[in-house]
Amino acid sequence: MKLYCLSGHPTLPCNVLKFKSTTIMLDCGLDTTSVLQFLPLPLVHSPRLSKLPGWVSKDGTINLEKVQDPTLLNVFFIELLDLSTIDVILISNYHCMMALPYITEHTGFTGSVYATEPTLQIGRLLMEELVNFMERVPKAQSATCWKNKEIQRVLPGPLKDAVEVLTWKTCYSIQDVNSALSKVQLVGYSQKVELFGAVQVTPLSSGYSLGSSNWIIQSHYEKVSYVSGSSLLTTHPQPMDQSSLKNSDVLILTGLTQMPTANPDGMLGDFCSNLAMTIRAGGNVLVPCYSSGVIYDLLECLYQFIENANLGSTPFYFLSPVANSSLEFSQIFAEWLCHNKQSKVYLPEPPFPHAELIQTNKLKHYPSIHGDFSTDFRQPCVVFTGHPSLRFGDVVHFMELWGKSSLNTIIFTEPDFSYLDALAPYQPLSMKCVYCPIDTRLNFHQVSKLLKEVQPLHVVCPEQYTQPPPSQSHRSDLMLELQPPPMPYRRCSVLGLPFRRRYERIHLLPELAKSLVPSEIKPGVSLATVSAVLQSKDNKHTLQPVPKPLPLPPSKKRKRVVEEPPEVLAPKPLLSGSVPLEAFLAVLHKHGITEVKVEETADGHILHLQAEDTLIQLEEDGTHIVCDNNEPLRTTLRDLVLRFLMKL
Amino acid sequence: MPEIKVTPLGAGQDVGRSCILVSIGGKNIMLDCGMHMGYNDDRRFPDFSYITQQGRLTEFLDCVIISHFHLDHCGALPYMSEMVGYDGPIYMTHPTKAICPILLEDFRKITVDKKGETNFFTSQMIKDCMKKVIPLNLHQTVQVDDELEIKAYYAGHVLGAAMVQIKVGSESVVYTGDYNMTPDRHLGAAWIDKCRPDILISESTYATTIRDSKRCRERDFLKKVHETVERGGKVLIPVFALGRAQELCILLETFWERMNMKAPIYFSTGLTEKANHYYKLFITWTNQKIRKTFVQRNMFEFKHIKAFDRSYIDNPGPMVVFATPGMLHAGLSLQIFRKWAGNEKNMIIMPGYCVQGTIGHKILNGQKKLELENRQTVIPEYEPGWSLEVKLQVEYMSFSAHADAKGIMQLIRMAEPRNMLLVHGEAKKMEFLKDKIEQEFSINCFMPANGETSTVATNPSVPVDISLNLLKREMALGGPLPDPKKPRTIWRASLRLVSPEQALKELGLSEHQLRFTCRVQLQDAHSDSDTHIRIYTHLKSVLKGYTIQHLPDGTVMVESIVIKVSSSPEEPNTKVLLLSWSYQDEDLGSFLSTLLKKGLPAALSSM
Repeated sequence: MKLYCLSGHPTLPCNVLKFKSTTIMLDCGLDTTSVLQFLPLPLVHSPRLSKLPGWVSKDGTINLEKVQDPTLLNVFFIELLDLSTIDVILISNYHCMMALPYITEHTGFTGSVYATEPTLQIGRLLMEELVNFMERVPKAQSATCWKNKEIQRVLPGPLKDAVEVLTWKTCYSIQDVNSALSKVQLVGYSQKVELFGAVQVTPLSSGYSLGSSNWIIQSHYEKVSYVSGSSLLTTHPQPMDQSSLKNSDVLILTGLTQMPTANPDGMLGDFCSNLAMTIRAGGNVLVPCYSSGVIYDLLECLYQFIENANLGSTPFYFLSPVANSSLEFSQIFAEWLCHNKQSKVYLPEPPFPHAELIQTNKLKHYPSIHGDFSTDFRQPCVVFTGHPSLRFGDVVHFMELWGKSSLNTIIFTEPDFSYLDALAPYQPLSMKCVYCPIDTRLNFHQVSKLLKEVQPLHVVCPEQYTQPPPSQSHRSDLMLELQPPPMPYRRCSVLGLPFRRRYERIHLLPELAKSLVPSEIKPGVSLATVSAVLQSKDNKHTLQPVPKPLPLPPSKKRKRVVEEPPEVLAPKPLLSGSVPLEAFLAVLHKHGITEVKVEETADGHILHLQAEDTLIQLEEDGTHIVCDNNEPLRTTLRDLVLRFLMKL
Repeated sequence: MPEIKVTPLGAGQDVGRSCILVSIGGKNIMLDCGMHMGYNDDRRFPDFSYITQQGRLTEFLDCVIISHFHLDHCGALPYMSEMVGYDGPIYMTHPTKAICPILLEDFRKITVDKKGETNFFTSQMIKDCMKKVIPLNLHQTVQVDDELEIKAYYAGHVLGAAMVQIKVGSESVVYTGDYNMTPDRHLGAAWIDKCRPDILISESTYATTIRDSKRCRERDFLKKVHETVERGGKVLIPVFALGRAQELCILLETFWERMNMKAPIYFSTGLTEKANHYYKLFITWTNQKIRKTFVQRNMFEFKHIKAFDRSYIDNPGPMVVFATPGMLHAGLSLQIFRKWAGNEKNMIIMPGYCVQGTIGHKILNGQKKLELENRQTVIPEYEPGWSLEVKLQVEYMSFSAHADAKGIMQLIRMAEPRNMLLVHGEAKKMEFLKDKIEQEFSINCFMPANGETSTVATNPSVPVDISLNLLKREMALGGPLPDPKKPRTIWRASLRLVSPEQALKELGLSEHQLRFTCRVQLQDAHSDSDTHIRIYTHLKSVLKGYTIQHLPDGTVMVESIVIKVSSSPEEPNTKVLLLSWSYQDEDLGSFLSTLLKKGLPAALSSM
């Protein structure tokens, strides 16, 4: 059993597990942090951005056009393995499937993808949004010369160190998205899915987002748990199923919180108070966020907050090409929600209170800043919009619009991007910046408790989790400490998982089972010989009774009774024990065989029955009877020898 | 030999009060717990005293599963759990869990508040009963206990309707509840995988019907409604609040829109809006098309259909009214019917099945004069001696989403059951379908009456752990002929299949080899190597079905028996055959030595 690690990003994992000759890809996250290296893509012409000079190297020999093209995404699957050999892809949540089209399209991939319904639907929305963001702005130029190794070498900062920039790809098309998602097969929590009869995979609720799942990959004897993006906090999704992770041989642990020191509840409090402060002062609030996930919790929190804080008249805008769909979809997945929200549906009421916010016109949603929004727009207001990298989407427009006023505030809630890097191209900036990253995924304290509870034999995790974060190297509590220590992986690692498969499940047909006659060899241990035909079909093994040979057609005239060969019957029992010389001689004597010459050899004795001209070689673990032309004698001797042996 | 037993307490050769007991692998499961619409007395509920004469049912049942929210499938649930007594788990899907208590409360109100019955379950009992419900998701494998697992499949009959697979070890039963194999305007078609259950328990409401295409029926329906409205008549469509009603509403809504019709359409109960809300929130349970477009246009927001008020009954002019309940056995639909029955301009369209004893059933059978015949007939609110002339047009349109004969056969093909068991249908029709199933699929088909038990013997295979090395070795062998092998099993807490060598090793025993060697003299005027070939050819012709090899060093091998030829230079024609075999091949060895003693037939060609 092997694990191929294609991504080094701990929260956007992409691993491939080879288990019982099936090749299973676990997640395919898309690392979009690469877009931070580029200038933002504005929705409307930005004189500021277009006036920026190009980049000139220190010695002035290289002159690059500025790159206003954040459409290159870090697609990390290198040639570690042939993507067309992948049998299935298991998706754990909608953030971890954004690279799916790169794998399933134009690669010869013929397998299938398993995901829950909310994961598929919301994942589709996020992909459509990404494509929309990238495609709706006509690109001025597509710079590629920086990718040249010679030039890249002298570039500043992270670009210089970026690896495999040639594999950075432009965004996929909507056709690719549709085609990729058509390969998804829907599964429900605790549904047992058989893969080729060899492996069973089961999604379990992971508590992180709508439809998010951890996966169990198991055979009858081995169990691998794949934990990715799980949460123990009570937010909107169904709580995490922990007990089903018990008794794992290997637990692959990814997707822990990216903000181990930030408490989500505290952050949510900061978020509300900063928001209220800004509005009261007459400023606007910009919240760069994804169109699904934490935004539901933010809206729910605000629903309770705005009445108390006297913000009832402040307009809340949610701008995204998929804003409406995201809000609508969130209401129809009752089965995937926490208990509280489920019981609301029974009333019947929409599970999320944002329905009421929309109904009372407090929350309005628009596909983009164009169209209706421009007429409805009132300030001061709160705007939720993407993309959290601040490089594309409607958020770019609001940065240009509000950045210069210190009355306004931008509140970062998504933990995926460094807010300083995200803001870099907008500097100098007067607007206030508040960083309230809300990451509900497991922290190190929770995970060590969880692991104590479920007790896997081995833990595999990204190497980042085996040491404290570089910025807080003294915090030994911000790492995994386990006994035995976890097996770390990094990008491009291939790990052999410590597994020895020893048994396989086989079925005895009832007729065969009935024919077995076990005999007790030792107390509590019985034995029976099984003689059967093995049938292996779809990786399922069955033992069937040996078919009886067809009775020969009655032979006419020819009487060949003697020449009829013996049928293939049940085999002879296995013999065990040894034949003691003295006792054997005594028995021979009893049967009238008296002239026996005994000769000692290295391993035993040779008995020469002189009258019968027959040799019997007696050894500790074998007896050899050499007897010519005397079938009756041979059979007698055989039976005498058998008397001393144990038949199994 | 293990058995599965199935006993219907209700719905055995009957429609109504579905309640089926299944015993499988030592577990007892109750499937559905319904009431009978046609009765007003004890026969209304299944006879739970079959399970136990006294005391609670908890210790006799491992779980109860409800397939969908129709009262003939869940109407007796609070009675069973709260009045007879059952505290174990009750499983149903989310939509069923949401809607079922509302219908139960409705039913209770009609029975207790209107008919004044006492000794009936209370609102609190419904609440307490629902607390015992564990929601089921589609395709989720729910472990009821260590051995019993259940799994729900989409049934397409009403919102949230499910078929369930019940599995203990390798034995399994599938219960369909009510299902529909053709997608309609708001629901998808039932689907199940090839799970090969030991018994498939199927409803058979439309056992003998093969319905024409849905489109035809819809056109027919719209035409009739249209005609009646055009001539100024009123159309009454008795429905249940949830289910068919929504489908017909979608149908009329689009028709009204297209034809720009003005006549009002009403939906009778306060449930309407609420019901439609359920459909909106459980949109994932509707069909593909509605699910795909719900963000743009929610099919359950109706423009033309408005709430009905009792005072509208006597309004002049045409109108279309959907009124509950669907079988005209009580409530508003019956009240409206009574008012409108006398006018031949009006029309009643019965879109679903009506059980025996209801007024719906009677008028469908062409009865033109209705009277209160006896006390068992459920006609509440009307004094004895009541009678009514039926003049309005009565139309029956099968819109109820049950599988027809074709659909039932289709499901059998999907699931490939080993046995079939029919419930929820009329005996005569079942008989017909039973013959058809037995003919077409050559499987047994049962149709037990209420209280009658059908028993099916199962033949589960025995799971064993086989050592991987042994398995790989055996699989590598896989020759053209079945190869009888001699591994052994060790019985411990579990069964293990290991190779003989490993078994002996584990037991601390040593194997004892017993070998025999035998010399046979033979006259054969050929060279040694030719004799080898002659022996080989001879044995080939005598021993069919054995592996016979002619090895490169000249020896002949039959299975593991070695035959070697030698001769002395003095007597080249006298061959000495050396046969050597182990005890495992004793029978064959003995046979060969006797056979070869007789010499080789002269006629053997040397090649």
